[in-house]
Amino acid sequence: MTVRRLPALDPLGALLGAVGVAALAFLPFVVFKSNRIVPGEARALLDFLPAGPVFGFYLMLALAAGAALFVANARLRLACALLGVIALAIAVAAAGNALTPPGNKVVRVAPGAGFWVLLIALGLMTTDAITRLRPGPALRVLLLLIFAVAAGLAFASGAFDHLSIMREYAVNSDRFAREARQHMLLAFGSLGAAVVVALPVGILCHRVPRLRAGVIGTLNLIQTIPSIALFGILMAPLGALAAAFPWAAEHGIRGIGTAPAVVALFLYSLLPVVANTVVGLGRVSPAAVDAARGMGLTTWQILAHIEFPLALPVILTGIRIVLVQNIGLVTVAALIGGGGFGAFVFQGIGQTAMDLVLLGAIPIVMLAFSSAVLLDALVDLMNRAAQ
Amino acid sequence: MPRASTILRVAAIVLLVAFLGAPQRFAPLFAPLTEYGAPPIYDQGDLLSLALAHLGTVFVAAAASTLVAVGLGILVTRSRGAQFLSLSRTLANIGQTFPPVAVLAVAVPLVGFGQTPTLIALFAYGLLPILENTIAGLQGCPPAVIEAANGMGMSARQRLLAVELPLAMPLILEGVRLSLVINVGTATIGSTVAAKGLGEVIIAGLLSNNTAFVLQGGLLTGLMAILIYDAMVTLERRLLRTVPA
Amino acid sequence: MINIEGLSKRYGSTTVVDAVSMSIASGSITVIVGTSGSGKSTLLRMINRLVEPTTGRVLIDGADTSLTPAHLLRRRIGYVIQGHGLFPHRTVAENIATVPRLLGWERSRVAARVEELLRVFQLESASFGRKFPHQLSGGEQQRVGVARALAAEPALLLMDEPFGALDPVIRGKAQDDLLDIQRRFGTTIVLVTHDMDEAFRLGDCVAVMKQGRVLQHDRPGVLLTRPADPFVTRLSGTADRALKLLSLTTAGELAEPGPTEKRTVAAAASLREVLSDLIWSGADAATVLNPDGSSAGRLTVARLLAHGRQG
Repeated sequence: MTVRRLPALDPLGALLGAVGVAALAFLPFVVFKSNRIVPGEARALLDFLPAGPVFGFYLMLALAAGAALFVANARLRLACALLGVIALAIAVAAAGNALTPPGNKVVRVAPGAGFWVLLIALGLMTTDAITRLRPGPALRVLLLLIFAVAAGLAFASGAFDHLSIMREYAVNSDRFAREARQHMLLAFGSLGAAVVVALPVGILCHRVPRLRAGVIGTLNLIQTIPSIALFGILMAPLGALAAAFPWAAEHGIRGIGTAPAVVALFLYSLLPVVANTVVGLGRVSPAAVDAARGMGLTTWQILAHIEFPLALPVILTGIRIVLVQNIGLVTVAALIGGGGFGAFVFQGIGQTAMDLVLLGAIPIVMLAFSSAVLLDALVDLMNRAAQ
Repeated sequence: MPRASTILRVAAIVLLVAFLGAPQRFAPLFAPLTEYGAPPIYDQGDLLSLALAHLGTVFVAAAASTLVAVGLGILVTRSRGAQFLSLSRTLANIGQTFPPVAVLAVAVPLVGFGQTPTLIALFAYGLLPILENTIAGLQGCPPAVIEAANGMGMSARQRLLAVELPLAMPLILEGVRLSLVINVGTATIGSTVAAKGLGEVIIAGLLSNNTAFVLQGGLLTGLMAILIYDAMVTLERRLLRTVPA
Repeated sequence: MINIEGLSKRYGSTTVVDAVSMSIASGSITVIVGTSGSGKSTLLRMINRLVEPTTGRVLIDGADTSLTPAHLLRRRIGYVIQGHGLFPHRTVAENIATVPRLLGWERSRVAARVEELLRVFQLESASFGRKFPHQLSGGEQQRVGVARALAAEPALLLMDEPFGALDPVIRGKAQDDLLDIQRRFGTTIVLVTHDMDEAFRLGDCVAVMKQGRVLQHDRPGVLLTRPADPFVTRLSGTADRALKLLSLTTAGELAEPGPTEKRTVAAAASLREVLSDLIWSGADAATVLNPDGSSAGRLTVARLLAHGRQG
């Protein structure tokens, strides 16, 4: 007679499971406010939704928890975690629907702490499962695309329209699109300008070691200046410029707004790209360069065909750092009138409206995350191609 | 004849102390930057106490980040914790991808305004450099040294404390240095949620269009960041003398 | 006295060490030889339990090694590895003092022992103890590694390819130094190498391993004259085995009484060196001299050839 032993418990799964159960039991799932100003009251799911679907939802969560605790197969864990997330999304959308009287645009139904904790726990489980599968770069990009499309469809279908955050969006939809464009313009625009300048500077620093300490030292100095300070410091000269040359003001170069933000972001973007260009070029094997010279390639050809392609992964890593940094810094530019998603964030802070804050913060985080995934995948592909 | 770097270092410290101690003396320097007779030196609060509060936030957050990151780094490099290695790396990466402003904004409804959300944002942002460097430092210990330590009869704990951590220390300190310097700049944003610090000076300047204020706040933070960077580099170099590159 | 009984190590379906049993006499030098993958390092590391055996046991002076906690066991056994593994962040003196400190010796005793070892290993000079490993040459690092292993006066010393990283010029000197150390301290030494010449030079007993099994474990001379396996023959090399055999005996041991010759050789010289000398000089015989100058007898070419013909 064989003795059956309990399957081994996964420690991470145990932690997430415990957290999830605690969240479900003790934290509010949704918060109901009869209008925007009144403080919210917590509502339990069973109070306003039919018992069947609610227990179905609990079952999905239990399935996810069980998988987290006992299942070792990463794909299975991923599947159960994703099912949990979908169930969560359906539950919160249904809650929004059920708690809002038809046609009423005043009440606010917000996801409560319980929802967020469950989302984070399931998110961690998903991340862990994906990490264990060790997907290649192409697969990672594919997963990102699938997620983006699925989320986009879900939001477009109007299922979440009754949630408070979507209400804020409905009120601000034009402005949202405008700020989105502005945010991308500032982040990518400054990056582009910086790359155009930083690459030649980096190559120069690599060729002329004496310049290196001075240039990188200066750029390092610039990095230590806090972003709001730099934005502010640039306002004065740019304002003076606009006052002295009216045509500049007509073309948008003013003391506030886009101009100081772009210049500051441009300056901040220089260091990582220059530093990584120097390091990347430094890693190119001297033997390869020697062989190329021996074969009769000119300096430019060696740079273009040998050194640059070999240094590209490191340079791209620098660009990835800059892009993520810039997306974050543009948020702060809202303080000087630069626009972007930061406008929603600071407005929300000022009005103590969490939904506005989230309306600004979530797109920023998604943008930064997607850029990081895409550029990392690109760097990985290049590294593999090099082998 | 002292080296240029030493002269600069001393000059920076003297400048910082002088400005914080007697800010009004510098008024004539900043006066040209103001308009309509606005005060050239920040007068809505004591610059010294603001600077100290700022440093306090930075160091407390850095201490918390270091404790957690080094602890986590040790855990995931032991055989029992190896399964968590890629996950912790991914999480720290995600922590760095979240712009500090976003973390700040989300933390406010949870913990209120003031110092606390700033500490949380700085803590999350500062984890990655220290964690990555701790892992790199611990994994970079020459295998022969580990083997010798085991062979001599050191227990796992003795080996960690006497051999692995000291050898990883230069890298760990570099991570802490990076974290500290970034924190000094990022902490200024905390003033948007009423945290006490030099960000106040900058934001007051932005709101009242007073470039002098903005410059004061910016230069003070920049100066502090540079001095901290310098101090850490000196510390690292002293430790590096005993360990070959 | 070390007794290895039926020691095996299996990783999954691969057997790295296959039921090895042998006895090692106290105060002797045993060399375990084999090609890479033969399991010799694994066997060595099962003695101080850096690798835990799958089956079998090791008895040191009658006590089963699996009964003591591993790290306490290892503090009583010296261990030297190829990469020496000196702690880069500690001085030479601190490195050597590691195990005595772990054992809780008083400071004065530790300092005295470090002094003594530095002297014995010819690492003189007051400042040597304060140097860091990266400031030493390869040969000095290797010596410090051995000194460190002997610091706590262990009765047993395990060495895993200790001379592999040294260039040939230094290697010979290092091997001679090891023989001196062993004579001085009387430590039992178990040494692993892939170099048969080194095995013959150092070992009182040599064990030849192949694919996890010990093919033969005996005095070097027996391995040459009565090999138990063709592999042993191949490993020893057939090309100059007669000369190898001659190298195992000293002139003093084979000298016979006879008339004094013009040519002289030292009693400590190996027969191989004596033969070489006689060929070179064209003489037929030489007188063997003790270190004090007295005569120990003489050796003729004929006697040397007869000794070499034992195979």
